Amino acid sequence: MKNRLKVLRAERDWTQADLALALEVSRQTVNAIETGKYDPSLPLAFRLARLFGLPIEDIFHDQGQV
Amino acid sequence: MATHPPDTGAWASRMIRNTLGLAAWTAAWVASVALAAFGPGVFWNQQPVPTMLAIAFSVLIGVGMLFANKRNLQGLDELQRTIQLQAMAWSLGAGLVGGTAWSLFDRHDLVAVEAEIAHLVAFMAVVYVAGCVAGVLRYR
Repeated sequence: MKNRLKVLRAERDWTQADLALALEVSRQTVNAIETGKYDPSLPLAFRLARLFGLPIEDIFHDQGQV
Repeated sequence: MATHPPDTGAWASRMIRNTLGLAAWTAAWVASVALAAFGPGVFWNQQPVPTMLAIAFSVLIGVGMLFANKRNLQGLDELQRTIQLQAMAWSLGAGLVGGTAWSLFDRHDLVAVEAEIAHLVAFMAVVYVAGCVAGVLRYR
């Protein structure tokens, strides 16, 4: 699954550490999601969506999706 | 101007507190096991009552360590829990297979040393730590 996390974070000038603290996860987890090494659970994806004020589908994209 | 997301540093400090708590319980358990193992020969001349008390004390501290471990796992985030689960799965599987093989080597006198539970504990601990390191590197 691909995501726009890095772009959205950069637009707000947030560091990975800022985002990790807001989501109550480790910085490693934020980095792993950004690099596509780890797909977050649905609750964490919803937390991200709430934090950025966007629908989930504006942040995450299924790689099989056209 | 950059705005920062809400900082909920409570999670990070709770995780540090849980980790330190687990480290303290683990150290106490190791010390209690050492007391139960070496105390009879060193401190109380193989008397059974203090030995039984030392073993019971070690079990009590061990139960405390189990709860501290459970609290620590519950406080981790989902990726950290995934890494822990994979490391524990490797440790359990390797302990089962390796421990059984080691026991069979001993039973058929194929090794010079006698198979002891301490060997299994040490082996499982090494596999668990290696699993944790591998997990951290995989998701780096």
